[in-house]
Amino acid sequence: MESIMCVALPGTVLEVKDRSALVDFSGNRVTAKAGLVDVKPGDSVLVHAGCIIQKVSMQEAEEMTALFQELDALEEV
Amino acid sequence: MVTLEEIKEYLKSYDGPEINIMEVCGSHTAAIAKNGIPGILSPWIHLLSGPGCPVCVTPSSYVDKLLELAMEPGNVIVTFGDLLRVPGSTPVNLSQIKGKGARVEMVYSPLDMVPLAKNEPDKTFIFAAVGFETTTPAYALLIDTLIRDQIQNVKLLTALKTMPEVIDHLCANGAPIDAFLAPGHVSVITGYECFEPIARQYRIPFGVAGFKGQELLAAIYGIVKLVGQGRVVNFYPSVVSRQGNAAAQKLIDQYFERADVAWRGLGVVKGSGKLLKDEYSRFDAGSRGLVEDHKANRACCCDKVLMGKMKPTECPLFGKVCTPMTPQGACMVSTEGSCFTWLTNHRTQ
Ligand code: SF4
Repeated sequence: MESIMCVALPGTVLEVKDRSALVDFSGNRVTAKAGLVDVKPGDSVLVHAGCIIQKVSMQEAEEMTALFQELDALEEV
Repeated sequence: MVTLEEIKEYLKSYDGPEINIMEVCGSHTAAIAKNGIPGILSPWIHLLSGPGCPVCVTPSSYVDKLLELAMEPGNVIVTFGDLLRVPGSTPVNLSQIKGKGARVEMVYSPLDMVPLAKNEPDKTFIFAAVGFETTTPAYALLIDTLIRDQIQNVKLLTALKTMPEVIDHLCANGAPIDAFLAPGHVSVITGYECFEPIARQYRIPFGVAGFKGQELLAAIYGIVKLVGQGRVVNFYPSVVSRQGNAAAQKLIDQYFERADVAWRGLGVVKGSGKLLKDEYSRFDAGSRGLVEDHKANRACCCDKVLMGKMKPTECPLFGKVCTPMTPQGACMVSTEGSCFTWLTNHRTQ
């Protein structure tokens, strides 16, 4: 039995209607509540227990680069 | 920038002082086992599983109450699957009484109850609302919808927990932890700033981590380097921010209030949970005061496992009397429980 309680999965918003969004998870389409985040079609979102809980940001790579540069600098101290 | 290979090499050949890292989130426990991460780490780096599987930390009196409600005619218990096999103060569980006439439905989202309740207005639908900060917004959205659609026949039996307070409790009670992998999806909602006071007070680093193998390794690498420093570092910036999801927090605060709640094995921890506010008590199926906690098997060591004081493999029942088919404690029931993931992935360290 797959646990669904804590797992949150990223998907792509296909359409938004009222307070719900149709979200695509690599081919599986699920309706999720959109009340917690403003979303539009094309957004990548994190869904948990049938609710969109966050948009996935695309700046991630840059932030991680900065973070690792900082961690590596620790060694030289 | 450091590469994944360099991170692996660093973690494999680390030979400094011994480090205990606790992953507080049940999904992290499962992801760590699935990705074989213990095998990639130096023998000086230990991973401990914390109290982050919501099903595992639910006290027996909660399960007893749920069973009692399930036996009342006219009630329908609705739940995520994981709760079905958790024993209360006796070995009886929800799945067994389901066979004896109680009605139990499984859903993917609490919001799925709305059409069920509309279809059968003469029944009372009771959701077993277990979870951490990640799941609480879904319950708040449910209450919001019930009020808007004027639905009267839905209630929640809540066992809602909050992470910062229980982590503080572990630190204050001598859990042997040098660094925390902070729960990624809890932090999506709360923001990582909630861990900063604890990090500073105990001089323990927190790394907010995602759930892929490389995300976990990056966070472990980071906190190993930061041991002794009270810093919180965000290794999951694609979805986690310092402040978290303000709309979700606001909705939670509208319906729920902070409360002292009981954890299986840990007892009542101050301010470590949420209960429905008094003005919404009509949606509450009796969640207050469920603090008693009896073990179904007295030899079960879940309490020590949840505090990082014992590995699942050190429990005398592990893999013998206690298996996923015959769970003696909640840690063996949930697919995110420490004992379950250690046993099914043959994890030994
Ligand atoms: S192995 Fe079973 S009995 Fe032992 S601590 Fe884990 S759940 Fe409890």
